[in-house]
Amino acid sequence: MLIGHYNYWVVVALMMLGFYIIIAHGNLIKKMVGLTIFQTSVFIFYISVAKVDGGSAPILAEGISQYSNPLPHVLILTAIVVGIATTALGLAIIVRINEAYDSIEEEFIQQQDNLS
Amino acid sequence: MNLSLETLLQLSIALPFFAVIAIVATGRKPNLREGVSIGTGLLLFYCVVKLYNGLKQGADIQVQWLEIIPGLGINFHIEPLGMLFALIASFLWIITTVYAIGYMRKHNEVKQTRFYSFFAIAISAVMGVAFAADLFTLFIFYEVLTLSTYPLVTHAGTDKAKAGGRVYLGILLSTSILFFLMAIISTWMVAGSLAFTAGGVFAGDVNLVLAGAILILFVFGIGKAAIMPFHRWLPAAMVAPTPVSALLHAVAVVKAGVFSIMKVCVFIFGLDLLAILPSTQFLLYLAGITVLLSSLIAMRQDNLKARLAYSTISQLGYITIGALLATSAGVIGGSMHIAMHAFGKITLFFCAGAILVTAGKSKISEMQGLGWQMPVTMIAFFIASLSIIGVPPGGGTWSKWFLLMGTMETQQWALMVILMISSLLNIAYLLPIPLRGFFPKDSIDRSAITVNEAPLPSLMALSLTTVACVVLFVYPQPLYELVQAILNTPGVTNGQ
Amino acid sequence: MAHLPILQVILPLLAAPLCLFLKRPKLVWLFACVVTALTFTISVLLVQQVTSTGAISYELGGWAPPWGIEYRIDALNAFVIMVVSGLSAVVLLAARTSLENELSSNRQTYFYALYLLSLTGMLGILATGDAFNVFVFLEISSLSAYALIAMGKDRRALWASYQYLIMGTIGATFILIGIGLMYQMTGTLNMQDLAERLPEVAQTRTVFVSFAFVVVGVCLKLALFPLHLWLPNAYAYAPSIVTAMLAATSTKVAIYLLIRFTFTVFGLSFSFTTLPLNILFLVLGLLGIFVASISAIYQQNVKHIFAYSSIAQVGYMIVGISAGTAAGLSASLMHIFNHALMKGALFLALAGVMYRLGNVQLKSFQGLGRQMPLTMAAIVVGGLSLIGVPLTVGFISKWYLVVAMIENGWWPVAILILFGSLLAIIYLWRVVEVAYFRAPNKDNESVKEAPLGILIPTWILVLANVYFGVDTRINVQIAQLAAENLFGIVP
Repeated sequence: MLIGHYNYWVVVALMMLGFYIIIAHGNLIKKMVGLTIFQTSVFIFYISVAKVDGGSAPILAEGISQYSNPLPHVLILTAIVVGIATTALGLAIIVRINEAYDSIEEEFIQQQDNLS
Repeated sequence: MNLSLETLLQLSIALPFFAVIAIVATGRKPNLREGVSIGTGLLLFYCVVKLYNGLKQGADIQVQWLEIIPGLGINFHIEPLGMLFALIASFLWIITTVYAIGYMRKHNEVKQTRFYSFFAIAISAVMGVAFAADLFTLFIFYEVLTLSTYPLVTHAGTDKAKAGGRVYLGILLSTSILFFLMAIISTWMVAGSLAFTAGGVFAGDVNLVLAGAILILFVFGIGKAAIMPFHRWLPAAMVAPTPVSALLHAVAVVKAGVFSIMKVCVFIFGLDLLAILPSTQFLLYLAGITVLLSSLIAMRQDNLKARLAYSTISQLGYITIGALLATSAGVIGGSMHIAMHAFGKITLFFCAGAILVTAGKSKISEMQGLGWQMPVTMIAFFIASLSIIGVPPGGGTWSKWFLLMGTMETQQWALMVILMISSLLNIAYLLPIPLRGFFPKDSIDRSAITVNEAPLPSLMALSLTTVACVVLFVYPQPLYELVQAILNTPGVTNGQ
Repeated sequence: MAHLPILQVILPLLAAPLCLFLKRPKLVWLFACVVTALTFTISVLLVQQVTSTGAISYELGGWAPPWGIEYRIDALNAFVIMVVSGLSAVVLLAARTSLENELSSNRQTYFYALYLLSLTGMLGILATGDAFNVFVFLEISSLSAYALIAMGKDRRALWASYQYLIMGTIGATFILIGIGLMYQMTGTLNMQDLAERLPEVAQTRTVFVSFAFVVVGVCLKLALFPLHLWLPNAYAYAPSIVTAMLAATSTKVAIYLLIRFTFTVFGLSFSFTTLPLNILFLVLGLLGIFVASISAIYQQNVKHIFAYSSIAQVGYMIVGISAGTAAGLSASLMHIFNHALMKGALFLALAGVMYRLGNVQLKSFQGLGRQMPLTMAAIVVGGLSLIGVPLTVGFISKWYLVVAMIENGWWPVAILILFGSLLAIIYLWRVVEVAYFRAPNKDNESVKEAPLGILIPTWILVLANVYFGVDTRINVQIAQLAAENLFGIVP
């Protein structure tokens, strides 16, 4: 159970790490990092699920009858692009926040908002 | 121009609504604008009278406007009770407009165009309530009435008006959404129909506890009938200018409330079912307590309008009792009281407004000897009080007579005693005003007082309604026949 | 004609980058209006087609499902597509005027591009019949929404957008996890195919977890209590047109997604009997109604008041779904239509106020009843619709919702729903009293009525509120048709 499903353990660990970073850290960039780790865990989940025991890479070749599932790879490519876009947008907003608030710490920003 | 009765019915609801456009357009020319209001009022009364004649000749006047939800829509149907209400409301609208002209101008009120516009919308809503063929239509116009009278109640725009408006709207909208709408939807689901039907709309084998619960929801939900504990909106609404209090809170709004209760009792539950419901007795006692308690509170009020407000709550309780007694005498008494109280109370409010505007007085304690300054007003007050109390020559004699008969027929001795005590209390809180007006406690120098009566339009209005009180006593036949016709609709009673 | 389902999504998608070529704001606005009008026309044609001939299935690229991506339009999504595209079109009419004061002109082309992209995303979620496609379009609409919100004038818009980004991405990723688990158990991503294959494996822990992830992810997007924290600030600080569009459309799309997954993919028996979803939704929905309405009463910013009101209205829709009957579901669907009209009208009116006053604080509303009578009248009518006064569209939803609750025997819930209306009266009347009962303060004395560019679209929606409150054929009948289809009832 432990060894056979080690990919799931990795996924869960990364997911929780990412989630924890988002919640626990006040620095906006660190939150984005957490978010990316969180998303990456999902990518690993999909891809690891795609591997078929004894299957080769999903490229048609002579003599090979067992292939790993290519569909999740395709899905994850899309998801990675989405993740990139999200990260880019998030970082752009952080740059603007920095210009507007002079800080990228959550506490400081909320303090300034509460004062105004 | 020979219009069909159906067209007249639709006209009677649409006419005041469209008059708003004319009122707003003539807003800059006060005389023209008031002319529009009075003209519309006369036209409206003419339509209603024509409908009355049609009804007397046995016509069955129905109009279906539109279907909103599958199975429910805006439908109108004229029957005697609605006809009664419509006649009173349309007649008194004209008179109140005349009165208002005198009052608003003397008092130099602001925003008169807004006042007359919402006045017209309110009357349109009253017509809709009167002629509604089912509960759905009634509810729609009931809510329109609440919303259109809010600007009238808060007309002054002061903080006090705002606070009064909050209580007014808060109580009326809360009761109508929480209880009335709930009762309507429950009736729809249990009985399958919301149409006012002779003999009631519930099947013969309906669960009595369920029907009883729905009855309680109705009585509490129709907040305009001011049954305790949902009566606070009435005194709160006294912050309105007196013409508003007069028409709306002596005639239109409160009568829409008790009218709805009467309709629900007779045409949704039916007198037979009503008599055997477990909650009817409880509600009767509640109405009785309302009658007694509000009379007691009225006695302690020094502000004239406040005293009249609590008196109204008390009188509305009479009509509710009449409806809930579930006998023909009760229905007759209650329905006649709708008319008698309307004329009596409107006169009293007219007098209160005249006193406020001419003598600047609103407290009863300051009105000693006022009768010599405003004799016509005080005499009118006296006669109208007699009608409310229920002694000749006031028309209220007849309605109170039938209500007492109703309590005796159903052996509701407690209620009978309450009604009689309340009449005594009525004497105690109404008669001292005109009596002290002419025979003050401390002697005054009569020669120093000059007669300074209310403005002429207001004086004409209140004289007319006073005469009507007496006429209704001397010649109640048409009213009585109309009310009897409610009971003569086949299926309403089993010949009680 | 046969390609309508894909055109519905492609049209705004292709139009979005074209916006970048048109430099002048007025030109871009016209172009965008034409595109949204065409999109709305397509949606009406789709509705007509679906109501007369039944569900439409469209294969992308000619690849047959379940291997290819299928766009499947039935009564449910045709209805919601019509609402979303219609509201987007009307709201966009007010955009040119409203953005004059809220966005610098060199940014406006980006605004329209993002607006069209957001519309694309929402329409894609609605039209598709493939689960992963849902995720892709969800992210398209969400990312453009985050960017749109960040364009707000106030710097708090940036913070609100960032918070929404974090929470929204977590939600979308949860949905992705759920889809992945579903795929793992059944090997397919097509919704119809999933519906056939899931019952066999329904009792496994994997499918439970998949369902949980999908539901939580979607509930975050629709701002169900307690996952609603991103909404008030996002609505309050975004540009007014963005608020109007989002309030009218984005939560509705999320509710559609919830219904689609619960009823079509996982199936009624799994969702409501195997897991006690109906009790959960009932409780959270009711809590949402009351907590949000009470929060609304204490807000100082009028946009915040109506944002919390939106959360409460979502609560109503969830309560309707929790009934587990066709009646409850059709009431929720009607409320999707009705609420879009109500909130669209209210937020457009607020756009007018924002244009003239520069802010929407409650204390700035003093005396506005006299200075901006038509705008305030629009807010009053929209508010009355929220309360559920007869002759408005809100009354119809309330009626059907209460009927559905009573049919279920849930009398206390019916009373609670009506009680929620009373809370709406309180927060609406706060705005009414300030606007009509106080004299204008010094800064407001020269304020004029809102410009026609904003006033006309506002009143189109306000009149629609009243019209559809009286002529209920479209909202009631199509909603009931959609609900009955989902329950497999043949009408």
